[in-house]
Parts: sequence; structure tokens; C-alpha cells
Amino acid sequence: MTLPLHPRSNTAETCGPLSVLALPGGGVPAAVGCGGPTCNPGGFLEAADRAEFSPHARLALPVRPEQSIKGGGRIRRVEVRDRDRLRAMEKTRAQWGNPLQFVFACISYAVGLGNVWRFPYLCQMYGGGSFLIPYFIMLIVEGMPLLYLELAVGQRMRQGSIGAWRTISPYLGGVGVASVVVSFFLATYYNIINAWGFWYLFNSFQDPLPWSVCPLNGNRTGYEEECEKASSTQYFWYRKTLNISPSIQDSGAVQWEPALCLILAWMMVYLCILRGTEKVGKVAYFTALLPYCVLIIYLVRGLTLHGATNGLMYMFTPKVEQLANPKAWIDAATQIFFSLGLGFGTLIAFASYNEPSNNCQKHTIIVSIVNSATSIFSSVVTFSIYGFKATFNYENCLNKVILLLTNSFDLEDGFLTASNLEQVKGYLASTYPSKYSEVLPLLQNCSLEAELDTAVQGTGLAFIVYTEAIKNMEVSQLWSVLYFFMLLMLGVGSMLGNTAAVLTPLTDSEVLSSHLPKEAISGLLCLVNCAVGLLFTMEAGSYWFDIFNDYAVTLSLLLIVLVETLAVCYVYGLRRFGAELEAMTSSTLSWYWKVMWACVSPLLMVGLFLFYLSDYILSGTLQYQAWDATQGRLVTKDYPTYALAVIGLLVASSTMCIPLVALGTYITQRLQKGASFPLA
Amino acid sequence: MVLFLSAVSFVAGHTFVVLVDEEDRRYFKQQEIILWRKAPGKLRKQRTNFHLTSDLNPQTHSLPCDFHSERMLWLFFFLVTAVRAELCQPDAENAFKVRLSIRTALGDKAYVWDTNEEYLFRAMVAFSMRKVPNRETTEISHVLLCNVTQRVSFWFVVTDPSKNHTLPADEVQSAIRMNRNRINNVFFLNDQTLEFLKIPSTLAPPTDPSVPIWIIIFGVIFCVVIVATTLLILSGIRQRRRQNKESSEVDDAEDKLENMGTIANSIPCDSLNMKGGHVNDGFMTEDERLTPL
Repeated sequence: MTLPLHPRSNTAETCGPLSVLALPGGGVPAAVGCGGPTCNPGGFLEAADRAEFSPHARLALPVRPEQSIKGGGRIRRVEVRDRDRLRAMEKTRAQWGNPLQFVFACISYAVGLGNVWRFPYLCQMYGGGSFLIPYFIMLIVEGMPLLYLELAVGQRMRQGSIGAWRTISPYLGGVGVASVVVSFFLATYYNIINAWGFWYLFNSFQDPLPWSVCPLNGNRTGYEEECEKASSTQYFWYRKTLNISPSIQDSGAVQWEPALCLILAWMMVYLCILRGTEKVGKVAYFTALLPYCVLIIYLVRGLTLHGATNGLMYMFTPKVEQLANPKAWIDAATQIFFSLGLGFGTLIAFASYNEPSNNCQKHTIIVSIVNSATSIFSSVVTFSIYGFKATFNYENCLNKVILLLTNSFDLEDGFLTASNLEQVKGYLASTYPSKYSEVLPLLQNCSLEAELDTAVQGTGLAFIVYTEAIKNMEVSQLWSVLYFFMLLMLGVGSMLGNTAAVLTPLTDSEVLSSHLPKEAISGLLCLVNCAVGLLFTMEAGSYWFDIFNDYAVTLSLLLIVLVETLAVCYVYGLRRFGAELEAMTSSTLSWYWKVMWACVSPLLMVGLFLFYLSDYILSGTLQYQAWDATQGRLVTKDYPTYALAVIGLLVASSTMCIPLVALGTYITQRLQKGASFPLA
Repeated sequence: MVLFLSAVSFVAGHTFVVLVDEEDRRYFKQQEIILWRKAPGKLRKQRTNFHLTSDLNPQTHSLPCDFHSERMLWLFFFLVTAVRAELCQPDAENAFKVRLSIRTALGDKAYVWDTNEEYLFRAMVAFSMRKVPNRETTEISHVLLCNVTQRVSFWFVVTDPSKNHTLPADEVQSAIRMNRNRINNVFFLNDQTLEFLKIPSTLAPPTDPSVPIWIIIFGVIFCVVIVATTLLILSGIRQRRRQNKESSEVDDAEDKLENMGTIANSIPCDSLNMKGGHVNDGFMTEDERLTPL
């Protein structure tokens, strides 16, 4: 679009349209509508013959400034017409209040529950300190490049995931749609963890803590049978919180207590997100910083607990032979990948509210290092708590053995201690062989290693193991409140990111945002998610939760990120993207990122994807852990057919978006071309 | 064979019964019995009422008729304690085993279990029995302890005033259960460290508040969230209304200006000095606003 010039007169003062951008008096004419380094301040104004008017347009005058218009004077002012387009331009994209809010939002999204309950488990499984080696290598090789890619795409395209990928290539809008679908699934099932966190938090204000004692049975002669067989913390989790059914087929009814907590959790999320994604920055201050406060308090408390050093030594003793185990490397790669939250579209959404000149390379490094450091920090805390719990249980076991021996042989009270136990056992075996052989089967073998070896991850760690450790501390109510508050902050921070990933494309789309205000869109989204989430509050809800947790996002995300990387590097063009990035942020793009984006990361993604695919195929029928109330422990069962169908549907609905949308776009374009041919 | 009895009496623990025969041979026997030493006056009175049954204690030896009265005294002691020990025996009828773990409970502040503590225990049991209707006349002497071990465990029975029979186990059990707390407190112990085997302790019922606490806190936070959400929504609506009003005002103003004439730098053009100018027809007129691409 060339600029119209409407000199009413041949004086330099031209009057005309509404929006006037004056040239500096008598001097070198500045560029009109120009911002950033794409303009050439000292020279001519060149018209951009682009279809869209954008802030970076350069405008060309048909004459040089120092020349005079035929019959007129020198050009001193240039106006721009077209009010409506200008009005649209004035409504520029909202931005973060300050760049720190963006960093905190990314940190609070990336630092989530996985750092607290998955990383310590992996550390323990793969030999403690030596797991850090594959972890950091994967961070540098896979985590940072992919994180930088997503932030850069978001910052460059300045749109949510659907719009961004459609800009990269119209056929790749499906990648954005797949991201939105995966984020929707995640948002649906992730918030139930927050609901459980709320439930435990509210129950922490009692003395004694409800999970520290077993309830009495009907006639008050003993404790409930299920509670006796399992432990009081397991009973509280499986019976009082979940009211779990014996298998996934028995759905049962919706439990009103978790349902209420779920509604509250969604109201919290709605409250934080209703003003739009860029306002999340204010909430991000709390959700990013408060968990660190609690972690530091817990670190100090944990390290001073009796037996904490046992756990720490166990964790950090490196078992170097685990480095040769390929599963360690694969799990390290997976952990980095999911911990940073790549592929959901959240990072693109957050970065789209950045200023274009924002240095996202610096922010990438900050966010990824903070994320990994938090993982290690929280695993130190977790292991000191583990050590305390294991030592406590070990000493309990020893005391039981001592009591049994003291009572059977009527030894003096206090004579048997942990140190002389073995000697006395030998003496008793030789002196009273018959009686000793009677007692022997009842004696448990107490081992500290066995206690420490019980590696747990996921909800079991947070809600069973930790609560067991907390109930043995002094002032357990305080520690319980702090701990669940921290879990809630972490969970809500991640939820905000997920909801933003779904919300940003919706508010970006013209169709919706013209009919409904932002608050209504976010309200509808939260309502729909809450309604679907009520499924997880049924008696069999925990089994469906496990299905979603294990299968809904894993494969799809790997595929999405793989396609993203290939799209940016090969469809859009790595050189073009690099040049635009350099122009935008006015800093050079290091060769390291280019190599990673083009070669290494895609190869890693392909490797991971193939590994998981083959793992699922080779493992045959999928199985799950069901709680057996009569035995008081978990048993393995097979998934019924309809559950397998749901799993397949989950994976298909997100991965199929990519080819389907590509196909749809292709068909639409062919139809349009076909329709336009007769005209041409 | 004339046997002399020369017994050294202990209050508790082990007793050495030394049998000395007429040829001054000493036979040592270690026997776990509890001997009560009564005041000599009472003992003489008892002697006249005491019935001897020779088949109670297999260790009772048949005595010749011509023994010393002092020996008779000791013999009566022995037999009295034998009968009593018979009533109180491990696994005897209506006997209960008690187990104390003083050192576990009190650590450094543990006291030594001696005869005085036993006396106190017997007093507490007698006290508990006195609270049972029909048993208000239970005395401390009716409570018998035996088999005290180093563990600190022992058996006890409660006899009736005739000291022939033991009271039924149910009565003793219910009496102890009613006063369990007081017995525990006297010894600074609790149900786990002062165990009455076969007497189950009543488990304390959990205190259930009428409204579960979690609902109260949930209600508070829920209301806070609702209020905050409503405030935010309302302020958002107000802001949008203000924006709409402003933009419609701007629209009106712009329309006005359009009608007035064009404005350059918010200065109406008409006020500009237009003299001395010629309209340059070389440029586009008002109608064609945009050049085609």
C-alpha cells in the first residue's frame, strides 16, 4: 500500500487525514510508522508494498525530501490514512508488566510437582549422584535448545500457539491445535491434584492429624481392619480421600468432598486467569517464590531431623554402573522434557506477550537452570525426610523385636538395646533353644536399607510417604500446613500455565473475542474443565487419573515437539528464522543453538518417540495398580477393553490433529484456487 | 528322720530352704516363694485356727510329732505361704499377669521396683476392688503377688476375706478397667507400659466435632475466592464500559472533525494560512483515497 499524499495546498503544511505523524522540524525526515532497526532513519522513506500494514512498514515518497513538489514546497509532513486499520493497530498486544513477571511466570510453570515427586524417585532408582550426569547432559543438549525455540517462536510471532504455527506455515496450524488439545487434557486432570492438596491442607488443622491414627471399628474394641492391614496414612489416602473402588469397572458415585475441593481449585485458577494471560505475572510472583520459602524451611528442618543423614548418604552415593543403563539416559531425557513443559503451547503463549526486543536467550538459560536446581534442591529435602522416616521405622521395628524378646524371656526391662541385640539373641538361642525356636518366626528382620529402598513416586510420595514422615515430627500440624501449601503453590503455578496455553489461542481468535469478553471465555473454559474433572472424583476416579497421567500427553508431546523443531528448521527455514530473531532481539544467534535445532534435538526426539512407541507395543496388555481393601495393599490388574479404547482415543485425538489440519488446509486452498480460477 | 526347718525369709525373690537333718547334714534348696512375716502375736492366734492340709504343696514334708515349737512356727510360715502361693500361681485360676516397663516409660527417672512399690500396687488393686459393690471389705492383705521377675512382671490374685478362694476374674477385670487410669497415674505409666495381660484397655473414642473442621476452613476460603472473583469481574466490566465510552467519544469527536474539516496536529486546517497557495492538481483528489496495489 503506497502512502497517499493529500496536500491540499502546495505549502509544506499538509492537512488531511486524522493521524498525523509529524516530521522533525526542518530536519531529516523520520520514517513513518517505524519502530526498531528495520527503519532507515537517515535516508528515504520507502513504501512497503506488503499486504498488511505492520508497525515495521517503511514508507516511500515519490520524491526526495529536499526536492520540492511540483509547484509546491518541500515535504514537511506525511500523514497516514485509513482510520480502521489504525484503530486495530492501536489495540496492540498486551504485555507483561515488566520482564521479571515473564521470568517468574515461566519459572512457576516449569517448576511443578514433577520436580518434587518425580526427580527424587529417578535419582534413587538410577544411583543417586551419578544420575546427575545424564540429567545435565540432557539439559544442555535437549532442554535448553527446545525451550529457546519455543520462547523465540512465541516472541517472534506474537500470537498463541495456533496462530503462531499457522504463521510459520498454513499447513502446520495442526501443531498448534494439537498443543491446545493436549493442554486441555492436562488441565482437566492436573487440577484434581490441587483438589487433593486442598483436602489435605484443610484437614491439617486438627489435633491429632487425621492420618496419624486409625479410626476405631464398630464396637470400639480395636481399629478398623483395613487400617490395621495397611497403615494409617494409606488408609486415609485410599479410603477417606479417594474412597477408592476395587477396580476401574466399579465407577461408584461422585464423592462430594473431593468434588467441592475441585470446584474450589478451579475457582482459584479462574480468579488468577480471568483478566488475561498477561495479568498472570502478578500471581506468578507468589506462585514462583513461596515454594522456595517453604523448601528452605523444610531443608533446615529436614537436615536437623534424626536419621536425615542416612537418607542423604544413600541418595548421593553414586552408583556409577547405572550410567551404562540406557534406561537412565532415556529417563533423564524424558524428565527434562516434561519438567520444562515443552510442547504444550504455554511457553509460546507466555512469550507472545513479550516485547519483541526481549532477550529470550538469557531468560531461557535462567529458567532451565532454576528448574534443574529446584529439582536437586527438593530432592535433598525429600531424601532427608526419607532418611528420617526410614530410621524411625527401623528403630520401631527394632523396638518391637526387643519388646518381644523381653516379654518372652522375662528379661530385665532396658537390658536389651539395639547394640547388644545380636549378642543376646545368640545367648538366648543357646541357653533356651526350644523357647527361642518358638519365638523366632515372630521376630522381624529389621533392615535400614530395606526401608530406604522403598522408592515411591507420584501421588504416593506426596500423600502417603510424606504424611507418614510429617506425623512423626513435633508440631506436625505446622509442617503439614506448610507442605501442602507448597504443593498447592506449585500445582496452581503449573495450572495457570496450562490454562493460559488453551486460553491464549481462544482469545486471539477473532471469532470468539468479538462475541464474548475475556472473562466469559475463561469462565466457560474453567466450567467445562471442572465438569469433566468431576469424573476424577468418582470412586474409580484415581484409576482414570492414572490413565490420563501416563498416556494422555507422553507420546503426543514428543511428536508435537519433533514436528515443531522440524517445522522451524526446515519448513520456515533456519536461516530466515535466525535472521529474524537476530533482528528482533539485536543479538547474534550462536552457532550452538543452530546446530542443536537442526540436528541434535530432532534426533533425540525421534529416538525417544520410537523408544516409547515400541515400549507400549511390546508390553502387550496394559496393566494398572488397584487397591485391595481386604488385603490392604495394591494389586495388579488388566485394563478392560473400554479403558484401552479411551487410551487410544486420547493419543489419537491429539496426534491426528497435525495431519488432519494439514489435509484440511490443503483441501481448502485447492477449493479456493479452483474457485478463483474462473475469475482469473 | 527328724527334719529341722531353718528358713531364711526374704520378702520376695528367692528363698533358700536349708534342710538340716539329725546328722547335721544341710540340704540346700532354692525355692521361689513369698513369705509373709506376721507379728508374732497374730501368728499365735492364727495357729489355733489354721487348718493343715497336707496334699496342697507337694513339697510339704510329713513331720514327726515331736518337733520344736519354733520349728512349728516356721513350718506354719511355710505352709501358710505354700497355701497362699498355691492360690497365686502363674496361670492359676483368676490370676492375672502384670507387666511393667518402667525404664522404657521413664528413662533416667525410672524408679526401682521394690517391696514398697508392690505394696502400693496391692493397695491400688484393693482400692479398685473396694469400688465394686459387695466387695467393699477388700483389704490389702487379700491381694497376693507372686512370681516377681526382673522384667518386672508378676502374677496377682485377689482372695475373699476367708483367704480360701480367689475372686472371680470378671469382677477383678471390670474393677481394674474402671480404675485403670488412676492405677496408671500412680505409677507414672500408661496402658502400654503397665500391662494387665488379658485385660484389654478401653480405646479412647475419637473426639468428633459436630462440624468437621475442614468444612469450616473450606467455607472461609471459598467465600474469599468468590468475593475476589466478583470484584475482579465487576471492575473489568466497568473498565470496558469506560473504554467503550471513550472510544465512542473519540469516534464522535473524529466525526465532528471530519465535518469541520481536516485537522493537522489538532489544529483545524481552516485556521492555517492558506493564502498564496495554488491547488496542485497533479495530486490525487479526495475521492480516490487509496492507490491500488
